[in-house]
Amino acid sequence: MRGRRRFLLASAAALAASRAGAQGFAGLGAAATGFAMPARGPFDFPRDHGPHPDFRIEWWYVTANLSTADGAPCGVQWTLFRSALAPEGASAGWSTPQAWMGHMGVTLPDRHHAAERLGRGGIGQAGCTAEPFEAWIDDWTMAGPTLRDVRMRAANEAAGFDLRLSADGPFTAQGEGGYSVKSREGQASRYYSQPFYDASGVLLLADGGELPVTGRAWLDREWSSQPLSEGQTGWDWFSLHLDEGPGTDPVPGGGREAAGAKMMGFRLRDEGGDFTSATWIAPDGTPAPLPEGALTAEPLETARVAGRDVPVRWRLALPARGLDVTVAAINPGAWMDLSVPYWEGPVRVEGSHRGEGYLEMTGYAPAEAG
Amino acid sequence: MTRAVLLALASHWRRRPLQLGTLLVGLMLATALWTGVQAVNAEARASYAKASDALGQSELPVIDGPLTVEEYVALRRAGWRVTPVVEGRLRAGDLSLDLAGFEPLTAPPGAVPRDFGADGVPLAAPPLLLGAEAFAALEGTAEGARLGPLRLSAALGPDEAATDVGRAMDLLGRATLDRVAVLPGGSLTRPPLEEVLPGRAVRQPDDSGDVVRLTRSFHLNLTAFGLLSFAVGLFIVHAAIGLAFEQRRPVMRTLRALGVPARRLVALVAAEMTALALIAGAAGVLLGWAIAAALLPGVAATLSGLYGADVEGGLQLRASWALAGLGIAVLGTWVASARALWGLATLPVLQAGQPRAWAMASARRLRWQALGAAALLAAGALAGALGTGIGAGFAALGGLLLGSALLLPPVLAVALRLAEGRARGPLLQWFLADTRQQLPGLSMALMALMLALAANIGVGTMVGSFRGTFTGWLDQRLASELYVSAASEAQASRVVTLLAARPDVSAVLPIWSVETRIGGLPGDLFALRDHATYRDHWPLLSAAPDVWDAVAEGRAVLLNEQTARRMDLGVGDAVEVAPGWTAAVAGVYSDYGNPRAQALVGEEALGARYPDAPRLRFGIRTDDPEAVADALAAAGVSRAGIVDQASIKALSLSIFETTFAVTGVLNVLTLAVAGFAMLAALLTLAAMRLPQLAPVWALGLTRRRLARLELLRTVMLALGTALLALPVGLVLAWTLLAVVNVQAFGWRLPMDVFPGEWAVLIGAAALAAALAAAWPARRLAVLPPRALLEVFASER
Repeated sequence: MRGRRRFLLASAAALAASRAGAQGFAGLGAAATGFAMPARGPFDFPRDHGPHPDFRIEWWYVTANLSTADGAPCGVQWTLFRSALAPEGASAGWSTPQAWMGHMGVTLPDRHHAAERLGRGGIGQAGCTAEPFEAWIDDWTMAGPTLRDVRMRAANEAAGFDLRLSADGPFTAQGEGGYSVKSREGQASRYYSQPFYDASGVLLLADGGELPVTGRAWLDREWSSQPLSEGQTGWDWFSLHLDEGPGTDPVPGGGREAAGAKMMGFRLRDEGGDFTSATWIAPDGTPAPLPEGALTAEPLETARVAGRDVPVRWRLALPARGLDVTVAAINPGAWMDLSVPYWEGPVRVEGSHRGEGYLEMTGYAPAEAG
Repeated sequence: MTRAVLLALASHWRRRPLQLGTLLVGLMLATALWTGVQAVNAEARASYAKASDALGQSELPVIDGPLTVEEYVALRRAGWRVTPVVEGRLRAGDLSLDLAGFEPLTAPPGAVPRDFGADGVPLAAPPLLLGAEAFAALEGTAEGARLGPLRLSAALGPDEAATDVGRAMDLLGRATLDRVAVLPGGSLTRPPLEEVLPGRAVRQPDDSGDVVRLTRSFHLNLTAFGLLSFAVGLFIVHAAIGLAFEQRRPVMRTLRALGVPARRLVALVAAEMTALALIAGAAGVLLGWAIAAALLPGVAATLSGLYGADVEGGLQLRASWALAGLGIAVLGTWVASARALWGLATLPVLQAGQPRAWAMASARRLRWQALGAAALLAAGALAGALGTGIGAGFAALGGLLLGSALLLPPVLAVALRLAEGRARGPLLQWFLADTRQQLPGLSMALMALMLALAANIGVGTMVGSFRGTFTGWLDQRLASELYVSAASEAQASRVVTLLAARPDVSAVLPIWSVETRIGGLPGDLFALRDHATYRDHWPLLSAAPDVWDAVAEGRAVLLNEQTARRMDLGVGDAVEVAPGWTAAVAGVYSDYGNPRAQALVGEEALGARYPDAPRLRFGIRTDDPEAVADALAAAGVSRAGIVDQASIKALSLSIFETTFAVTGVLNVLTLAVAGFAMLAALLTLAAMRLPQLAPVWALGLTRRRLARLELLRTVMLALGTALLALPVGLVLAWTLLAVVNVQAFGWRLPMDVFPGEWAVLIGAAALAAALAAAWPARRLAVLPPRALLEVFASER
């Protein structure tokens, strides 16, 4: 299991640097001198829901597939990145080396809003506590008594959301018991998910008031100190909630009934050839990592978004689970036009299984002019 | 039938390629003029908007402090997008530095010096950024080590320093922030400020900031030019189309007589005109783009050099103005065709096919035109006098321009009729009568010429006035020959000693100030030494009789114009120049480009109240600035801290000349376009006028003489038009300076007039007319006598 969003976070760090006028963010791919290294072992909840400042990077990443009262599909994204800009430093005050970044996305079939916030950790502008759980940057918060039961809010000047998330299912360890190996050299991250949230609340629109919505959400938690690989050009990352399927799934742990199963998969576009990986999560939360290449992801149709040709309809096939679906963007224009631009938005799943999910695509260069 | 009609219409153009050429070129030039101005304007605006974003905090609304860090965080956590600022004076050894603290993660782009994060955002150990002098003085010293990591920044001046806000608070020994700047885009759920921090308020940025104000003023130039070029372009399109219809009147009549239904003919001609408009419009857009691309570097240089706003030099083909250009061509063509098409639809089939002199106007029609013109002028004047807002200013402009253009033919006709009454001799009488008879055919071209001339005079006067004001301000501000900034007080005292010993230095005028609040507004109090330099060079807007003595003795102060206006103060009123220090206003001076309040007080009075204020800068009066500058540099003053007045002025003026180059090129262009319209009109008239010339020729006037008279007539009409354009141009300039400027910015520029330029312009108009008439006249001079004889042979 490879970590998602490493591309994004590396860019985020570069962003933070470029805000200060630097030409590049030296050293994120280099040896992580002074930072903690992930170790195998069980998670320690709820402590691990909170931050791990000794590690270089960390994120709380929520995507939610929602629908309005009249059935229109929509989605929201709430993301908090933590980046330690130095391995040591004060734990409070201005000189704390913890920088935080939030991303927010609100996607409806005909509109999309994205926003970004940056903040300092040491003065309380951004941060996270495990108990009671709260993660925040500015007024964007995810707070609850526990991470199983949170209120998640964010807004910019045009749109926002206020949702309640609650999960009955378990937290799902990714990789080898939550130890996710990243390369043959042994680089790794700690990684778990909560794909079983029920979500309900409102979308806020500056020109449309409050829009009641319900649906489901997926949380990814990951931390690491050395996440970068060279030669990587970008990701196509899928998280899918599957409602119904052929029921032919013969693999232990998957059960015979796909309804309620989840799938996480991605294609890594690399200079040395594409690479895919996937995890099948049974309705009871039992994860089954699948080998490299088990998933095939093939773009079917691109759309011109922000001057780039971005695939907005895909064919995903996972023969080992009888999955052969097309995944189509609900709004092809779900472009996150932030300091590091990428595409992220809700998708509809049709084919051997039906369902919904989220798609994230990074590293698509602007098309040549003309 | 459609095909046959189209072929017939096209055959006319095939036989008369010149007429087709004039129509297409006329449309193309009008579109190009409009497009070029719009393109420059749009590009400059887009770049300026970007630049003004980059300029960052100074233009953002702020919440004034002191504020605690907790209050800052409370604002952020409530959804207010704010970024903190700390400023203060940092003493380091014998240096005194202006330290600015910023927050790199929340500051707007461009507000963080480039050198700050050379290797990532250094939140844990942020470097102290220093200008070259301070860096050289502190790097490697114990004092430098006390200040933490130092870094050289090219973006900072000799006595400036900058660092992370937290580090700045440490260095300045502060526990609070000075203020927070409010960025756009706070959360839509954010509560009102009153609920987050009771008792605080958002202070809007001072709109009179120099960059904003001056750049807007420059854009006003361009907007006005866009409007004028639009009017000129419309007239030219109208003239070109009108001519095209007139020239083909016989073809139309023949087609109608052959049985083509009027409806069909009108539709086909309309389609033909639209197609021609699209072709010529597209060519015009490209030409306009080329013009704009050639002009834009000048505009970029002007904006960046003069106002510090960066305009990208490259020109993008923006859909907005390209489409607008095409639209103008097509719309202008339609509007111009409407009347002609109406005439075509109601064309009496059996009337003689011979063209009338185009748009032969009766005296009655001229009267109506004069009435319409008067109505437009009155409406314009009314809008200028009673309306508010920039829209009213432009309505006044529009009324003035259209009204005076419409008024031109009746006025010329009246003038010619008056002249006829006094003329002696048959030739002169015929000449004047014939001129008057030709007037309707030339009126469109003459109106275009008048608009072009009026625009030239108006914009020239405005730019000239702007320049005069600016150079006056430069002279007043840069009265000393040399300016020097010392890096430290020790160096400053060495500089004073050194200069006092030099015979070629006649005065050393200290320039030092203290930050204060003047009448509650943040501002600066400057020390004023009692010296002839100021008495001679500072033209005061208003002053008490003993103003300089009163200020020197500390009894009164001088106040800058914007503060006086804002607080509605005049000479004799009292103003609080610092907390607990109230003084009388002895004079008001203009202070372009300063958003802050400012007052000048006697040096001794200020020194007595602020004995510790650093005195590092001096103006030096000398006859030999170079020698003094060399001596200062030899004594260790950084070259960057020595500026001579001549080079500043030369730079500023050369930038201004670039602006003039832009307006100058546009001026020449409008004039050329108007000249071309005249050429087209004359060419058309030439063919139609043979029946009128032939009898005169038969009476004994040679072709050569007739041609000379034609030339003379055109030049005379152009001169008459130019004379009428002069007052229109002046009123236009006045409207721009005193109505539009005031509506847009709330201040007015004094108007200077430049009679020399008028003479040049009138000469140029005559020259353009002569050039336009030269070809038709030449053709007349060498016309085979057979052609003239044929007039009698084919007499109907």
